[in-house]
Amino acid sequence: MASAGVAEIDFLTSGLPRGGLTEIYGPFCSGRTSLLLSALASRTVTGEVCALVDGCDAFDPHSAEAAGVELKKLLWVRCRNLDHALRATDLLLQGGGFSLIALDLSDVSSKNIRHVPLHVWFRLRRAVENTPTILVLLNRESQAKMCASLVLRLEAEPACRITVPEICDPGFLQHSLSCLFDGFEVHAERIRSRVQSVADAYGGHGSVPIIANGMTSTFKTKALWSYFSRVRNGPLAP
Amino acid sequence: MVFAAIHVPDFILQAVVRAEPYLHGRALVLIEGIPPLEIVVAASEAAARLGIELGMAKSQVEQFRGIEIRHRSSAQVRAHEKSAHAALLDLGWSFSPRLEDVAPDTIVLDLAGLHVLHASEENIADQLVQRACALGLTTNVAIASKIESSIIAARSFSGTTLIPAGQESERLGPLPVQALSPSAELRETLERWGVRTCAALAALPVLNLSERLGQEGVRLHTLARGENARALILAEPAASFEEEMELDDAVEELEPLAFVLGRLLDQLCARLNARSLAVQVIRVRFDLERSPEKNIRTLEDDFRQKAGASTYENELTLPLPMRDSKMLLRLLRLKLQADPPSAPILKVVIAVDPTAPRSTQGGLFVAGFPDPEKWELMLARLANLVGEANVGSPELMDTHLQGEFRMDRFATFSKEPGVARNRKSVPANQDSHASLPQEPVTAFRVFRPPFAAKVELREECPVRIVFCGVRAEVIVASGPWRTSGNWWGEGVWQHDEWDIEIRCDLKQYAPRSRLKQCAPRSPAAANLAAAGDRPADCPTYDEREQNPAARSDSALRDGMYRIYYDGLRRSWFVRGAYD
Repeated sequence: MASAGVAEIDFLTSGLPRGGLTEIYGPFCSGRTSLLLSALASRTVTGEVCALVDGCDAFDPHSAEAAGVELKKLLWVRCRNLDHALRATDLLLQGGGFSLIALDLSDVSSKNIRHVPLHVWFRLRRAVENTPTILVLLNRESQAKMCASLVLRLEAEPACRITVPEICDPGFLQHSLSCLFDGFEVHAERIRSRVQSVADAYGGHGSVPIIANGMTSTFKTKALWSYFSRVRNGPLAP
Repeated sequence: MVFAAIHVPDFILQAVVRAEPYLHGRALVLIEGIPPLEIVVAASEAAARLGIELGMAKSQVEQFRGIEIRHRSSAQVRAHEKSAHAALLDLGWSFSPRLEDVAPDTIVLDLAGLHVLHASEENIADQLVQRACALGLTTNVAIASKIESSIIAARSFSGTTLIPAGQESERLGPLPVQALSPSAELRETLERWGVRTCAALAALPVLNLSERLGQEGVRLHTLARGENARALILAEPAASFEEEMELDDAVEELEPLAFVLGRLLDQLCARLNARSLAVQVIRVRFDLERSPEKNIRTLEDDFRQKAGASTYENELTLPLPMRDSKMLLRLLRLKLQADPPSAPILKVVIAVDPTAPRSTQGGLFVAGFPDPEKWELMLARLANLVGEANVGSPELMDTHLQGEFRMDRFATFSKEPGVARNRKSVPANQDSHASLPQEPVTAFRVFRPPFAAKVELREECPVRIVFCGVRAEVIVASGPWRTSGNWWGEGVWQHDEWDIEIRCDLKQYAPRSRLKQCAPRSPAAANLAAAGDRPADCPTYDEREQNPAARSDSALRDGMYRIYYDGLRRSWFVRGAYD
């Protein structure tokens, strides 16, 4: 197992399984990409190499770097269609050597993805078995189904926002420079997990509760600017 | 001092067989001369058994069946000889830096100091023969204390010959005088005198010989006695490694060409291996066939010669030095598949830039990496699939323009010897994760290209937005955040950015005509900054069909988006969404 980069998710799932397929699905703006970037950051910061197969060329290197991803350790494969994305993933799995391979199909039409036969997901799962690679699939709907070792469903609350305390005039609340986007509150639900391990993900904890399917956890994402805001305590650690 | 002479018997035959291995064991004849007076200058054993003799005319040779005939003056055979000679030199340099290039089929090495590496002279000779076999050459090796004696022995005795110091005269004695390479006149004179062996020549008094035959006679006398001592004339090591092959018929497909490329790469890699070098850059050059092209416009059966390119050049730069010919062939094939030549190929030339082979030292705590050559092959296949520009590591540009980056070549292997591949070579622990944000950063998904949008403003703030068939109400808008730059040159930009949270109301397509009608009826039409003189373009049905996000099962919905107003184009765009 490897850390997903988010403590709440690690507690919920005991981490992302190596040698298995993890599916993270949810509607648009549900925090999937934030979770993915955290997972990439936690891998690349230890010197491991990761790969991102971008199904619709939607990856933003700026927010990835802000999340802590070492871009030099990230192989970005920019695809324009589903077929290229699946074939590129297969090539990466056959090549080996990656700590995490992410297949981002969030913006691909669900209609097209539904036409992908189940054996394709089985093939990807078989390719990653017995390897130290984490294969992550980002989707809008659950497609891998039984092929996935871990399935997470994400849903985000309406965006959090803050206002600068000095300007409290309600008339400026919605349309003003004083109103700043602060992030999301993301609810993660563990739909399925084949990992029975109760290994401690954080070290130092005496007893770890048994995680059952259907349990949820919540974590918050923060806009990058908020780490530098004078409202917060302390800047972002260099 | 001890010298080793390496001689390739039947050099021109071996050169052809080395380049065309299927001729091995077959009846092969090389002819030379101006047609129709070509004569046989070399014949293989199989051809000799059939009755082919040197000096036989070509017309006589053609009477025999199953004979492979090659013309020695053809460019192809000359290229084979040049390649074989280069391989012979590489063999010599792989043993000793002091080498003399005596003839295309003979070289001499200075073996001084080699006893440290090799136990004995016999071992050196055996190693030379084995490495020559690896290069496709069968050689005779002779080791003696005199240069000329070793050359004569290598040319006269087959296999390995060792002549101890002081025994040159005794070992060379039985050889015919022709082994000393006398001039035709001297040979005839000696024949008339009855001097047929080196021993007989060595027994003649040198003073009388000099009176009758001059300095040439004295030289031959010294050679026969094995007393000729001279210095080695050193040859400069070759700086280029090049192999070429001319094809009998033009090759159009890349698949059959792979066999030719593989053979040339095998020869190059064997030569590099002999010199302990590796490949850094591969350059290929094809001579193309000029082909006529049908004149399609006139639709007549006339043909018009097309003056297209007559050569094709391509270059493959390797991130790491490699020496595996099979891996190099795979990478080269992928490169050629991505950029194939435009006409059939008549001649193939491959040249490589040599470099020192890489040396790596792994660490106990360094994350393991796969074989770099295997990984390079994987990257080449990915580039072939999605395009070379779409595979790599992103590198952020030093600019204030949002979203500027460039794709860098993905390389995780350090080129500096002795440097650990991973500078942060520690296991995952608190120290490495301390550099990460305490809470996950909100990620941004970019729409490439940005979606055109129509925005309704109220008091200079967005209140409604339409893009990609989605109509939504703006719940919260944060901005504008104004950025601009590059005003002094090209690429000037001027953006007013907003972070907006939207709630979709009508998730249905709006025909373009309806959108244009809606815009003027909007109460805030006068505030439509996107209008300018005309409303912003909204994607048509065709554009939406090509845009996966705008299809019937649209992914776009309520959420946080970033939009911007382009002051130069006077249009609104949706840059992306937060996820």
